Amino acid sequence: MPNKLKYLLYITLIIAQLFLVLFSEQGFYQTMPLFIILLIAAAFSMSVLLRRLTSQQSQYQSFKLLIPILFAFMMLLTWESIVKGYAISAILMPTPSNIGQALINNIPMLWADFKQTYLKAVLAGYIIGCLSGFLVAQWAVNNKVLRDALMPLGNFMSAIPIVGIAPIMVMWFGFDWESKAAVIVIMTFFPMFINTLTGLQSTDALHQDLMHTYAAKKSQIFFKSQLPHALPFIFNALKLNASLALIGAIVAEFFGTPIVGMGFRISTEVGRMNMDLVWATIVVAAIAGSLSYGALALLEKRLLFWHPSYRNT
Amino acid sequence: MKQKLFSFVSLFGAVIAIWYLASLLMNGNQLINNLERKNQQWDYQQIVSQAYEVKRPMLPAPHKIGEELVKSILDKPVTSKRSLIFHAQITLNSTLLGFVFGSILGILIAVGIVYNKTLESSLMPWVIASQTIPILAIAPMIVVVLGAINITGVIPKAVISMYLSFFPVTIAMVKGLRSADKLHEELMYTYNASARDVFWKLRWYAAQPYLFASLKVAIASALVGAIVAELPTGAQGGLGARLLSGSYYGQTEQIWAALIVAATLGSILVWLVGLAEKALLRRRGGLSNA
Repeated sequence: MPNKLKYLLYITLIIAQLFLVLFSEQGFYQTMPLFIILLIAAAFSMSVLLRRLTSQQSQYQSFKLLIPILFAFMMLLTWESIVKGYAISAILMPTPSNIGQALINNIPMLWADFKQTYLKAVLAGYIIGCLSGFLVAQWAVNNKVLRDALMPLGNFMSAIPIVGIAPIMVMWFGFDWESKAAVIVIMTFFPMFINTLTGLQSTDALHQDLMHTYAAKKSQIFFKSQLPHALPFIFNALKLNASLALIGAIVAEFFGTPIVGMGFRISTEVGRMNMDLVWATIVVAAIAGSLSYGALALLEKRLLFWHPSYRNT
Repeated sequence: MKQKLFSFVSLFGAVIAIWYLASLLMNGNQLINNLERKNQQWDYQQIVSQAYEVKRPMLPAPHKIGEELVKSILDKPVTSKRSLIFHAQITLNSTLLGFVFGSILGILIAVGIVYNKTLESSLMPWVIASQTIPILAIAPMIVVVLGAINITGVIPKAVISMYLSFFPVTIAMVKGLRSADKLHEELMYTYNASARDVFWKLRWYAAQPYLFASLKVAIASALVGAIVAELPTGAQGGLGARLLSGSYYGQTEQIWAALIVAATLGSILVWLVGLAEKALLRRRGGLSNA
């Protein structure tokens, strides 16, 4: 079958490119410029393979995961070949393999940074900020004065760069993680407040009447009608806040920190031109961000299995 | 309407009152500690009268911030390095440059994703995943890397603003370009419309409300990006540089003034995008399907 042969050729081209990158000297494109053709051929083969996989997607569910992974692999391969092939200095742009090596070699240090930034500052700030936003929204839903006062303030806060408050928080709460947590509390409060309030107000009037005819108590109305209705909104805010919190902590560390923490690591290693370590820290941050987002998305799926947006799939 | 205004004004008043009280307590404490360290006598009257005039207050009183704002906006020529207008304009430059390029890039990627199925299944998951990554963390690195190949000034900051502002646009435009009415699409098909006509006369039109909703988010994050880009790199000018130097030298009034200018700038930018949106929606007959 010629078709099969064609795909075999494509895969061979990609593997050949991989071997070229792994086993040749630095700067191989400078000595042998024609090798760039192999990279272009490999990229082309990958795109053909991806197109083929996409057209068969409906048959195999696992392709859904495979396609973006292959795409990312090709991007990394291109990055590695160009940086290595043209011998671009590691200060400008480390290769993915350098970054991986830096990541593995510095695990204890990166873990300490992660503990300081994520497990202390981000978690504490996130929990306090989200919880207080939720509670104040609870209060405001039955209190028109508070609602009218806080809603415009919330809309205003979404337009302004709150991270700028970081130097003030560092001055008030000191260099350690408390000041970062304070920044995160302020950043996460209003998204949570506005979303919860919108969610609690979105209750169907029919449902409310139904609860009334059942002679439901106030707490029953809240837990059985209002809260489930508000959950999609609350999860939106939780997911948004998860990435906001990490950004807040890292930026706040630019303003002063004990000698540990992801923001500190980034700003000092940039100064020392250790780009691979900077990238490794960013990889850690990216993994932490994606994992917390993924965990929230999973929890949402578990709790909202009844919601129309999940029922269909 | 009247009641809303009343609630807002009363909250505003409450915030100012609490601010004065907190500033009295925090600065007073600082003052007392200082005096005790020097073994000087003090009484509460003296503390109260001096608390608002401390040189490096923990929390400057609102009127002190106002004075600092007047001093650095009105009393200095716009070209002076100590004028906040000068710094705001530096930040605004990179914000707008990054915003424009980010929006264009976001729209282009969205068009690619909508029209190419392979691109959708390979790129779209990464666009979503990238939203969970603290992109701001790489801001200092981009500035250094671009600086090493002799690109300095406004462009590295604009790159970060661009990076931050293109995600919301991409996500909203993918949704918007697909939001065209199925019936309209079929009508275009019966007219034998070309792909280009379907795009410009139907899809682009349907996507406009989505585009403007995302532009508001994008311009706010572009401003954040520009300010953060000025932080760790020792930039010479810009609101971020003012924040950083204020924090290094304990000039709290300077920090607060820079913050207020940044907040004003942010709300003006979002408001301008909102104005453009309203004008557009009026042209469309006040209809909004987003």
